Amino acid sequence: MLKIEAILQPSKLDAVKDALLEAGIEGMTILEARGHGRQKGHTEFYRGREYTVDLLPKVKIELVINEDQKENTLQAIIGTARTGRIGDGKIFISHIDDAIRIRNDERGEAAI
Amino acid sequence: MCRRAIKLLFFSVVLGIPALALAQPAAPDAQAATQAQITALQQAVKAAQTASANAQSAGDNAWMLTSAALVLLMTGPGLALFYGGLVRKKNILGTMMQSFAMMGIVTILWAICGYSLAFGHGNLFIGGFEHLFLRGVSLTPNPVYAATIPEQTYMIYQLMFAIITPALITGAFAERMKFSGMAIFLSLWSLLVYCPMAHMVWGVGGLLNASGGRIPSLDFAGGTVVHITSGVSALVCCLYLGKRIGYPHTKMQPHSMVLSFIGACLLWVGWFGFNSGSALNAGPLATSAFINTHFAAAAAAIGWTIAEWIHNGKPTALGAISGAVAGLVAITPASGFVQPMSALAIGALAGFFCFFMVFIVKSTFGYDDSLDAFGVHGAGGTLGALLTGLFATKAINAAFGAGVGTGALDGHWGQILNQAIGVAIAWSISIVGTLVLLFAVDKLVGLRLSAEDEAAGLDISQHDEEGYDLNS
Repeated sequence: MLKIEAILQPSKLDAVKDALLEAGIEGMTILEARGHGRQKGHTEFYRGREYTVDLLPKVKIELVINEDQKENTLQAIIGTARTGRIGDGKIFISHIDDAIRIRNDERGEAAI
Repeated sequence: MCRRAIKLLFFSVVLGIPALALAQPAAPDAQAATQAQITALQQAVKAAQTASANAQSAGDNAWMLTSAALVLLMTGPGLALFYGGLVRKKNILGTMMQSFAMMGIVTILWAICGYSLAFGHGNLFIGGFEHLFLRGVSLTPNPVYAATIPEQTYMIYQLMFAIITPALITGAFAERMKFSGMAIFLSLWSLLVYCPMAHMVWGVGGLLNASGGRIPSLDFAGGTVVHITSGVSALVCCLYLGKRIGYPHTKMQPHSMVLSFIGACLLWVGWFGFNSGSALNAGPLATSAFINTHFAAAAAAIGWTIAEWIHNGKPTALGAISGAVAGLVAITPASGFVQPMSALAIGALAGFFCFFMVFIVKSTFGYDDSLDAFGVHGAGGTLGALLTGLFATKAINAAFGAGVGTGALDGHWGQILNQAIGVAIAWSISIVGTLVLLFAVDKLVGLRLSAEDEAAGLDISQHDEEGYDLNS
């Protein structure tokens, strides 16, 4: 089992969510997040005073999937979230030891 | 009204025929009858006059009560939202409470002695004590101030001005003043700075009163009384208290432009009551002030936006609404004296000038006038008071008598000097009064928050509340 954590532009959330459903991914968790990578925020002006906003609003999608769904899933995310501009986000992949469905004690791949 | 007029016409015709017969020698019986008819006619005319006066009084009173409500709308929610949106979110309730507190405190003070000190018979500088606890302020008109509305209407209308003026100052010391110190300071300020200034400009026998004062100064709706006093006192406050911790390096941007936007629009609408209501009746002068108010706000919003666009590369929402408020401030003293085209000019000038004060002057000198109470109200009020002397015209308001010029446009250039003296007096009383009171209240209860409380924010440190808890 793999955990996919994708940090995205908030405006891309709906498109990515639809693409994941189409790719057969049934469950996901979405977090509203703030952060920055190399892009380092932007500046805002209020009555002439300049403020640097370095933590920008992002969304983070967390998915746990079977290993054979990996390429489909990544393709769905990358295909919809990419604009080619700085700030498109990142994807992190890690291994999951186990999963438990709280309702009925199902374990492992049956639980996801 | 119409029915009464027809009735009157009918009487005149019917009674007029026997009246003509008077020319002929008549029998004593006929004479007596004619006399009775004349008496009846006189009574009918008197009744019609009374009905007409009542109708005017009802119309004027309706507008004045509406205007009073509009001016209160400027403080809460207008100013509370405008300022509330401009602070950081940990300070929103504390900031709104400062305006709301004035709605409570100044009302009580006004009822006890404020109205008397501003509008009672006194000397050149301050009213007397004859209206303590509103003694003698009745439901009949006081012709000295407004001949067609109950004096209590006049009193409550003027109260709304006394409420918003100290509330405007809170923008200068935003995010760093103790609630207790703020409440005591602004209470005393309202009695010792606002009331004397209102008396000098509008009170009977006041030094600057346009009708009969020693130095007749034109201030239709409070350019000197409201905006210069609050704006200049605001500057003194922010200099006395010092900058917020971390200013100007820490980020202190407005937490909700949406709230500020709503607040500014409410201010614009409320200002119709502020300026147009200052005609004190529902006649043509109220129309003139209404139009001037609107025109100046529009011109200033555009003026500030253009200046900002050129200077910074983008037009901002905050710039547009700040400009509108600057225009409303500047037109306040002029609103019942100038032509609509002059209002456009005053507005545009105010938009550029206040932009310059906020963008250039403030950062050059480095004072922390947090929400630009001085840059908008002090600067805009001063500009407006002087421009009133330039643009005032007898075509709109023959303030100094029929045929006498009102302002420089009529050739009465001396009025600009009178305006300048009014401005100088307003600046002086604000600087001295505010300094003395700040010093006294600082000794008494303290003014400035502790560093810890300032970091925690007004909401938690002063009120044990939070403005936003989106998880509850």
